[in-house]
Amino acid sequence: MQVVSALTQILPKNCVLYRAEDTHAYECDALTAYRQLPLAVAVPEAEWQVAKILEACHGLNVPIVARGAGTGLSGGALPNAQGVTLSLAKFNKILDVDPRARTATVQCGVRNAAISEAAAPHGLYYAPDPSSQIACTIGGNVAENSGGVHCLKYGLTLHNVLRVRGFTADGQPVEFGSEAPDAAGLDLLPLVVGSEGMLAVLMEVTVKLRPRPAVARCIMASFATVETAGAAVAAVIAGGIIPAGLELMDKRMTAAAESYVHAGYDLEAAAILLCECDGAPEEVDEDIARAIGVLTASGATRVEISRDEQQRLKFWSGRKNAFPASGRMSPDYLCMDSTIPRKRLAEMLRAIEAMEGKYGLRCVNVFHAGDGNLHPLILFDANDPDEFRRCEQFGAAILEASIEVGGTITGEHGVGVEKLNSMCVQFSAAERAQMMAIKSAFDPAGLLNPGKVIPTLQRCAEYGRMHVHRGAMRFPELPRF
Amino acid sequence: MNTHNAALQRLSSRIVEARNSKTALEIRGGGTKSFYGNPPRGEPLHLTGLSGITSYEPTELVVTACGGTPLTEVEAALAERGQCLPFEPPHFGASGTVGGMVASGLAGPGRAGAGPVRDYVLGATLLNGMGEALTFGGQVMKNVAGYDVSRVLAGSMGILGVICEVSLKVMPVLPACRTLQFDFTEEAALARLNGWICEGLPITASSWHRDVLHVRLGAAAATVERTRRRMGGQEVEPVEAARWWSDVRDHRQEFFAFTGMDFASGECLWRLAVPDTAAPIALSGERFIEWGGAQRWYRTADTAARIRALACAAGGHATLVRGADKSAGAFTLPAEASMQIHRRLKQSLDPSRIFNPGRLYPDL
Repeated sequence: MQVVSALTQILPKNCVLYRAEDTHAYECDALTAYRQLPLAVAVPEAEWQVAKILEACHGLNVPIVARGAGTGLSGGALPNAQGVTLSLAKFNKILDVDPRARTATVQCGVRNAAISEAAAPHGLYYAPDPSSQIACTIGGNVAENSGGVHCLKYGLTLHNVLRVRGFTADGQPVEFGSEAPDAAGLDLLPLVVGSEGMLAVLMEVTVKLRPRPAVARCIMASFATVETAGAAVAAVIAGGIIPAGLELMDKRMTAAAESYVHAGYDLEAAAILLCECDGAPEEVDEDIARAIGVLTASGATRVEISRDEQQRLKFWSGRKNAFPASGRMSPDYLCMDSTIPRKRLAEMLRAIEAMEGKYGLRCVNVFHAGDGNLHPLILFDANDPDEFRRCEQFGAAILEASIEVGGTITGEHGVGVEKLNSMCVQFSAAERAQMMAIKSAFDPAGLLNPGKVIPTLQRCAEYGRMHVHRGAMRFPELPRF
Repeated sequence: MNTHNAALQRLSSRIVEARNSKTALEIRGGGTKSFYGNPPRGEPLHLTGLSGITSYEPTELVVTACGGTPLTEVEAALAERGQCLPFEPPHFGASGTVGGMVASGLAGPGRAGAGPVRDYVLGATLLNGMGEALTFGGQVMKNVAGYDVSRVLAGSMGILGVICEVSLKVMPVLPACRTLQFDFTEEAALARLNGWICEGLPITASSWHRDVLHVRLGAAAATVERTRRRMGGQEVEPVEAARWWSDVRDHRQEFFAFTGMDFASGECLWRLAVPDTAAPIALSGERFIEWGGAQRWYRTADTAARIRALACAAGGHATLVRGADKSAGAFTLPAEASMQIHRRLKQSLDPSRIFNPGRLYPDL
């Protein structure tokens, strides 16, 4: 293979993998339902090697799929059968923590949690906290514009990244953003952050650090109906409170989490809300008092406030373990990730309930209620092809219902390959064509992670036709991405 | 948007016409920021027909407004519900629009604590250079579907398209706010600000000029009170403080006032954006420092090359904001690799280069 020989001229032998038994480990990311062996895997150790690999692949017209820890949930790092998977895992050094400037400059393969660990001695931390934070890398976070449970107050990855440096598709060095409040020219950072590896290969990231809040306290409130819980969320926001975290779990999710971690959740409640406030001590006291007033007035049937740090973490333990807890209820689950206007929550949950009957599958719900990001977990058995097919359809139906209520098909997990069809529904042909043109502006040869995020016209046309005959997909064995 | 379809249609036809006849268009809202950037040229494309708040949901923390909506209208609607745009966009006159606010990307004193305009853009509908109406982003806080084109519009100077509608994240007005005043040299003021911000003190704005430092605190009442005691300084009476910050925001302070004679002497107003930890910068003339040290204004007759070199050495860039002669270019050029992307991006959205040509860079 020409590309393998080109790679072995750049990298030591043990850093180029091309036999199936070696590349198997790279066949999928955390969306394991989609698998594909790459042509080869390159595991560079130095930046000059990355530049050379890009240059070589560009010359040979070979696609590149950059990969961090492989924790992505939408198949963004799914290999390309004709392409090279570029593993950036070895770029795992924290280059600088500057407490006075409140910044950290790290290589792309540094784990999210490692940044906060390195900043901790200075009383600082990196705010975005995706649930995979102990494993996922900052490069992957930038590619996906990852969120977490504290986004409403502290923002997404984009809001916490100052500057990224890397290479264009043909190996030219390039930089976006700045440690100054803005960079010269167009602000391209918001395009690059969340571009799912399609616009540039990032080597280095400078993130903003924040002083760790002096105090955090959490309220756990029970509600007799999902509607009253949803209304309570709106009332908290209307009351001028921006909680650090505001999470809602439905009854089944609560039960699953409770049996998994024994967090002390109210099993009678139709929904429970976790509302966390952080900041200076008086500020937290003030916010907690106001929040309790609002929640009680909104019909909370039970309200408990964390006494100490231990109890606060206990309240969160169930929420943070929602996914593994669901794993105990079912052999497999598919985690969806749409965002909807908060006020449509109850309606959305009712629609999902109706879909359970229609598709013959169960679904449990956790919700970043503060920012409207819904995570329905559809339970299924991957060994049953029909269940998997129904699960995918169920997921797509949730995404379309989300668009209908004024929301979006992905809040923080990205489109990847998983939601390509749903992109056809959310965006017009002209909008998709514009996105494709923007990709070409960064990557004229179209070699960075091709086939992800933006569906082709043909695919959308096919999906449109399939929609007419819902449930009777022809040629299901054909690859459609 | 339905009620505005006719206006949108008119704008779209005008764009197609301009494209066919290779006519440059100057996108115009309230005309309050025409001094900013390189001189506008082209036939005016007025957004006056595209005005009004399309939706405002205080409990969703989102307001959606047409591009031509007066900024004051949006701010008044938010204030009624105890909310605001915390980056305090400058007005520079009563007729400034929401579209102009996004396109200029200019933020006021509140940017120090609240972040840039782009962080508050959730979605936008724009008309591209083919006259196509395209919507990117949305009306929700978290949205990673497709490329985030709407946020790139912030600070784009209108070169990528006509901002027809925009959805903005809004925030509650902070419960308490106080302004303190200190006597510090530039060096001491910068060091103090860096230290206070590091400690996580609730600083929402700062300004330093002629050895006087103003700091605004905003948070829960008890926190502001405790911080005030801890920081010392002299408290500025609330009405006077509010006037101070709005004058800083809209360049009504004496420092920002230019007469014909000032311009004739070659004096210009420069904005340097640098890391807030940058040491004092050795330019001649007076300076006015905001955003904890990250935004530094200079009234100087130094050469553009020198100013840009010093800004670059400090880790930032320099913009020529006001001056009789802008032939040096209002904005600093990015590195060539990035400039290539700029050119192709412009090409992808406005292939005939009809929108605000030259306003950002001569060849865009």
